[in-house]
Amino acid sequence: MYDVLIIGCGITGAATAFHLSRYRLKTAILERENDVADGTTKANSAILHAGYDPEPGTLMAKLNVRGAALAKELCAQLDVPYQPCGSFVLAFSPQDEATLQDLFRRGQANGVPELRLLTGEEARAMDPNLSEQVTAALYAPTAAICSPWEYCLALAETAVRNGTELHLRTAVTGLEPVEGGWLVHTNQGDFRSRYVINAAGVSAQAVHEMAAPTTFVIHPSRGQYYLLDKSEGDRVKHVIFQCPGPNGKGVLVAPTVHGNLIVGPNADPVPDEDVGTTAEGLNFVRTTAQKSVPSVNFRESIRNFSGVRSSTNRGDFVIEMAAPHFLDLAGICSPGLTAAPAIAEYAAELLAGDGLALEEKPDFFCQRRRVRFHDLSPAEKAKLVAEHPAYGRVICRCETVTEGEILEALRGPIPPCSVDGVKRRVGAGMGRCQGGFCGPRVVEILCRELGITPDHMVQDKDGSWLLVGETKGGNNHV
Amino acid sequence: MYDLIVIGGGPAGLAAAHAAWEKGLKHILIVERDKELGGILNQCIHNGFGLHYFKEELTGPEYAGRFIHMLEDTGVEVLLDTMVLTITSDRQVHMVGKSTGYRVEEAKAIILAMGCRERTRGAIAIPGQRPAGIFTAGAAQRYVNMEGYLPGRRVVILGSGDIGLIMARRMTLEGAKVLACVEVMPYSGGLNRNIVQCLHDYDIPLYLSHTVTDIRGRNRVEQVVVSKVDNRRQPIPGTEMVFDCDTLLLSVGLIPENELTRQAGIRMDPRTNGAVVYENMETSLPGVFACGNVAHVHDLVDFVTAESQRAGRAAADYVLGAAPSSDSVLEVNNGDGVTYTVPQHIRPNRVEKNCDLFFRVNRICKNSEILVTSGAQTIAKFPREHMAPGEMEHIVLPRVLLERAQEDITVSIQEGASK
Amino acid sequence: MKELICIVCPKGCHLKVDETNDYKVTGNGCPRGEEYGKIELTHPTRVVTSTVQCSGGAHPRCPVKTSAPIPKELILQAVRCLDGVKLTAPVHTGDVVVPNICGTGVHFIATRDL
Repeated sequence: MYDVLIIGCGITGAATAFHLSRYRLKTAILERENDVADGTTKANSAILHAGYDPEPGTLMAKLNVRGAALAKELCAQLDVPYQPCGSFVLAFSPQDEATLQDLFRRGQANGVPELRLLTGEEARAMDPNLSEQVTAALYAPTAAICSPWEYCLALAETAVRNGTELHLRTAVTGLEPVEGGWLVHTNQGDFRSRYVINAAGVSAQAVHEMAAPTTFVIHPSRGQYYLLDKSEGDRVKHVIFQCPGPNGKGVLVAPTVHGNLIVGPNADPVPDEDVGTTAEGLNFVRTTAQKSVPSVNFRESIRNFSGVRSSTNRGDFVIEMAAPHFLDLAGICSPGLTAAPAIAEYAAELLAGDGLALEEKPDFFCQRRRVRFHDLSPAEKAKLVAEHPAYGRVICRCETVTEGEILEALRGPIPPCSVDGVKRRVGAGMGRCQGGFCGPRVVEILCRELGITPDHMVQDKDGSWLLVGETKGGNNHV
Repeated sequence: MYDLIVIGGGPAGLAAAHAAWEKGLKHILIVERDKELGGILNQCIHNGFGLHYFKEELTGPEYAGRFIHMLEDTGVEVLLDTMVLTITSDRQVHMVGKSTGYRVEEAKAIILAMGCRERTRGAIAIPGQRPAGIFTAGAAQRYVNMEGYLPGRRVVILGSGDIGLIMARRMTLEGAKVLACVEVMPYSGGLNRNIVQCLHDYDIPLYLSHTVTDIRGRNRVEQVVVSKVDNRRQPIPGTEMVFDCDTLLLSVGLIPENELTRQAGIRMDPRTNGAVVYENMETSLPGVFACGNVAHVHDLVDFVTAESQRAGRAAADYVLGAAPSSDSVLEVNNGDGVTYTVPQHIRPNRVEKNCDLFFRVNRICKNSEILVTSGAQTIAKFPREHMAPGEMEHIVLPRVLLERAQEDITVSIQEGASK
Repeated sequence: MKELICIVCPKGCHLKVDETNDYKVTGNGCPRGEEYGKIELTHPTRVVTSTVQCSGGAHPRCPVKTSAPIPKELILQAVRCLDGVKLTAPVHTGDVVVPNICGTGVHFIATRDL
């Protein structure tokens, strides 16, 4: 019997697991994919929002500002790339300027610190590639950027180190109320738990409906992006938004913590978790972004991707006890990444209110460090390689990721089992050649360490096989 | 302190190091990131290399093997499995390797021979799903020819550059079905001989003026949609063809790999994506030379060899103090029909007898003349029956002609000029 | 008159071969083109390259080629006879890997040292 089962290991599930792992509880996370952070958490703008967007009084408003402050601490403790770069919302017209005034007032009401309204000149002085057409800007110095998948991984890893179980490839198929809790049916057998937390992202409505009558409807909304080479990485210094519209915060242009430039998203309604891109969507993103920053050079694009927001008909996060001992953390669209640690705190409060005893563990530890070879000084590199030669073998030449870092990830609490799993942990394949060079070498290392043959290796999710089999009648010939 | 450090032990680095040794340099180091010398030639197991240089038809590994053997008879040092992280403007080379450790070596001269990388899906923004099964042709080539694994059974190839064509044949020989080779331009980017012996021999259709407009499949490629494009290369609605396949190979161009070059502050040419070089392959940083695909993308390894030997000899001259000084510099401009030239600058008094000039045309040109002009004066003309963007052109400018040039020179194409 | 693109070297000369006049070749840039033009219309041949399994070397595959061009129609058959062939390092460039492919008298030979 578990105390708490968390369904889904995206940022919301991971943050909640992390938070609960400080208490004396038997907790498990059930994740249907073969890795954590494999849904919207790996495909979003990577922004930690300051908190001026949400309507005052909403859960989004409350949890965004609190979450932003917690994220800053957590990223430092758990060694997650984080840059407090600040953000601008641009105005191009008197109407936009009125919107900035609204946002400014909302920000004040939400308790966002240090907000300032700038003139177009002031904004361009701080970020010279902004359009000449910009007439004013709202500056939020507390906005930041982070590595969302590493953030999620760091939270999940720390939860696991503190005793939380993580069950990958475990898809929930049904929920049955039983004496004192729930019986959770999965493709890997049944789990019994006193409390169940629904953090299933785009699938949260389906999971909710296994436990309770419908109270919200998810309208998946897809956002498409460009990721540009590091040569474009300093095109802007701040996160650059346009005025928000009915479909959200609109197309942004922002640096990433990895040194690239990210541009997007649009908003397409999609029936399900369709993470494709379209010519029209990408075109819209390109032309809209150029209104903010005309000089973005899209010839330096290295990747397009899309993520699906789990927006709902409720217009706010859906965080409530949906049934006895069943908590929804649903509709976590933007600013969900920012709010995650605050959502986790709030979830714990709600569970406590529903009778779960929260007793702190004295041995809870909240620390994580990993080697980032590329960022070391020459002296540190020399010392590390002398001690551990595997850090001397560069596998990904675009991002200077070494074999030592990959081996370290493989020995971590949540080891990768796919090429993209390695990418999310250490950055191999994230660069301009997109794994063209290091892909075969990563496969070689993974196969050697996991004891499998290359025809069993996957790119990302189960089923995303890379190779058919051996040539020339080899042992794995098919 | 080395006389010369060569970064990269592929065909360019091997030829450059050997030529520098022959010219008298004694302390030469090649730094190679792979576990063996030879670079990309090791996976280019097909034949067709060496006709110019060795006057016989070799496979890639054989061609590399000859140079590796030639180097074994010299005192050139080699560090394998070692990656150069930085070069500084005072010619310090920071490198790291599993057995090399972290080392900083100084050199009197440096030759950049890092080669190139392949353009990816992201660079050309192909819309669609993001399943596994989309490989650059070179990555697939490595899997098949060196690791012995087949990436897929039913294949569409985007891009008709040589690597794409070669892989169409390879995948067929190794048991896959290649359904189509798709090229956005109205002409192939590869050599004619490869269209014949890689596509025609195996009845693989080549769709010119077509491109991939959608990729379908959740986990693995299931379908690729190909559409015809108009003369602005925009897809024409209603022309979609759907191919059921599990693999898409991309052969959509090569980009010289110049991150070290840029870091060192060396002047770049946006047209070649390589360093701006003089007639002897010297870059804007004195004593630093660039050759092979890092300078500009070649079609034939034989030309890489010749160019790299020039760079090697020039580096030796530089170190030995044999290079003449006080140069006047002619800039080489791209006239009508010319995409780029290498070199971009010529110092006539440094040209021994002749200056090799390489360039590419930006369209198919028939019965044309290559004109070399300086101001109003035409200093040379070269008739050509047929030129194509996929085939690098080569002309030779004698020093006497260059000395006659009063001002910068321009290379241009005049079509229909000759009979 | 048949038009061909010569594949002997990367130059790709546009050949014209006159079947009615003893396969006379024009448009060739070298004598090898003349030979190619004739052979291509009478009994076309190709050099075939591929790999075989190899254990104990730096790579699990060793590249091979036919020691001479073989008839075009035998290409796939020739490649199939490499299935299951297993070399053990050391291998030297030029070593015969499969002799007398399909009775042609041509061998598959190794094209690198392993």
